[in-house]
Amino acid sequence: MTDLDVDALIDDTETRIIITCGSGGVGKTTTAAALGLRAAERGRKVVVLTIDPARRLAQSLGLTELDNTPRSVAEVNAVNGGRLDAMMLDMKRTFDEVVLAHATPEKAEQILANPFYQALSSSFAGTQEYMAMEKLGQLHKQAERTGDWDLIVVDTPPSRSALDFLDAPERLASLLEGRFLRLLLAPARGPLRLMSAGVNMAMSVLNKVLGAQVLTDVQTFVAAFDTLFGGFRQRAEQTVALLRESHTAFLVVASPQNDALREASYFTERLREEGMPLAGVVLNRVTTTHAPELSAERSLAAAERLDEADKSPLAAAVLRLHADKMHQVVGDHKRADRFRRGHRSIPTVEVPALADDVHDLTGLRQIGELLTA
Amino acid sequence: MVTGKGGTGKTTVAAAMALALAEQGKRILLVEVEGRQGLAQLFDVPPLPYVERRIAVGPGGGEVFALAVDAEAALLEYLDMYYHLGRAGKALDKVGAIDFVTTIAPGLRDVLLTGKVYEATRRKAHGRLAYDAVVLDAPPTGRIAPFLNVNHEVADLAKVGPIRNQADAIMGMLRSDVTRIHLVTLLEEMPVQETLDAVEHLEALDLRIGSIVVNMVRNSPLDDDALALAVKEKLPTTEISKGLRSAGVAVSKELVATLLAEAHDHAVRVGLERENRDRIDALGKQVTELALLPEGIDQGALFDLAEELGA
Repeated sequence: MTDLDVDALIDDTETRIIITCGSGGVGKTTTAAALGLRAAERGRKVVVLTIDPARRLAQSLGLTELDNTPRSVAEVNAVNGGRLDAMMLDMKRTFDEVVLAHATPEKAEQILANPFYQALSSSFAGTQEYMAMEKLGQLHKQAERTGDWDLIVVDTPPSRSALDFLDAPERLASLLEGRFLRLLLAPARGPLRLMSAGVNMAMSVLNKVLGAQVLTDVQTFVAAFDTLFGGFRQRAEQTVALLRESHTAFLVVASPQNDALREASYFTERLREEGMPLAGVVLNRVTTTHAPELSAERSLAAAERLDEADKSPLAAAVLRLHADKMHQVVGDHKRADRFRRGHRSIPTVEVPALADDVHDLTGLRQIGELLTA
Repeated sequence: MVTGKGGTGKTTVAAAMALALAEQGKRILLVEVEGRQGLAQLFDVPPLPYVERRIAVGPGGGEVFALAVDAEAALLEYLDMYYHLGRAGKALDKVGAIDFVTTIAPGLRDVLLTGKVYEATRRKAHGRLAYDAVVLDAPPTGRIAPFLNVNHEVADLAKVGPIRNQADAIMGMLRSDVTRIHLVTLLEEMPVQETLDAVEHLEALDLRIGSIVVNMVRNSPLDDDALALAVKEKLPTTEISKGLRSAGVAVSKELVATLLAEAHDHAVRVGLERENRDRIDALGKQVTELALLPEGIDQGALFDLAEELGA
């Protein structure tokens, strides 16, 4: 069981990309923002890409609008020569930009106006993950070209499963290049005789069920999108290659609950399979106390004695609170410890739970301190 | 329809609601559509196939059936039911059309899922409705409005034809008096914000809100006066030290300071929870509270929650 040295990670100039991932609700975004701020105040030039942050956290970074562009965060202590930019991902706009960059103006216009493109770019289950990776690729290129940043910190989408974001690019690419779309394209390209009887029947069924107009919309979309097809898989592969490089570091974030820890296990396992560099696991929001010597049982018993004697209800209430707290402390530690013992080779760091949500830079600095304590 | 942000316990609440509705002689169908097998986990049974099967008997004696709807299976079933396309359905599957329709065209996927709910709601068996109520463990708050409105969107895309007719019929049911949407939340910033946003979106779409279920509520052992003092770090130190001593606790300065700090943190959290509760109350909807079950959720706990919901 080893400790994760977060300061060593962010101070290492070889670390160029940090990705925080984990299941929803474990504090990924806050961790990403806190890391970015700490790295900036220790002298790195940082950009933080957040996805769907809580309102107060967004405000703490000065992110008031979703405009898909990094904005400088004021009030960062720049005494060490660092700086911090932050941005919120706008997935539709990012997708539009990809289309605009890779298609001729007329084609781009056709694609952007197509109802099926609009559905895909705003609500396909994997689009957000895909676009987060796309944006990371763009920021990385910009960083190399302009030297604006030497560290990119990326938060991952609040997926149902932490694995979604690794799978989504491939899923989207394979759908866009899949046999069915090829098939839909075929009539637009010509020789129908190439189709088998089964396929012909399939097409006629689709016509019947969807109505000819819907099918035409899909075909138009596919035809217009065709120019981008090769590009999509290539881009997905490039991004995945970028993630495998040694200057990328994955940080898996988990709260000490069974579901989140199970997700974290799957995720660390998957990263290893894919050959992606895992820096460690942040065990976040672990309940702590300065009075572990007063156990839940003794605390409750003392409260009951006071009740029976009809004495000091205030002291009894405070003891009950402590008993609740001790239950959580013991449970959290048991689960966190079990996780560490089950993953001896993975460096971990524990971050104690705070009473309040983070809503300003002071709060983020505090998390940064706790991450490196 | 039961929705909520991930982590708020919407699946648990949906199951408890189905149990609460299962009075003597009633048949309730509990449906999940997210492919997570959350119901199987909750009731501790093997993963549910695409078949309705009895999963529990409610405290009132009625039966609860469960169904995990799979969009692909629903599409094949739909094709077979309306077009008698057993073989052609298979042909579609082979070329990846089913995969395409159910994955990339999110609208159509949701049409199939809502369509299955519609079918189950109206199905007749032995001269009566097959189910007295259908409870849907619906997609999370972030996706609920587009999910329920998908048939309206489809009606726009398909101007005529069988799809259009079905879309109109489903939308009619969802907007009618038989449908109610319940939103599950915790008293935390993000879930409450999502709840408020979802209520606004759903009502703009002419859909009806049933209630807001505030889940995992913890009662404070401190009364309001004590909470107010604790927030200001002004709890009477001497009085508490004395109380602790008379309860036989080995009192040190550090221990008292720790307990007071814990009371302060607790009071701050209660304050935030109350702010969030006020935001919920401002909606003017029916609000139901469910207590936190510290021992976790098993079938007995589901019965407790069902009772709380029924009350």
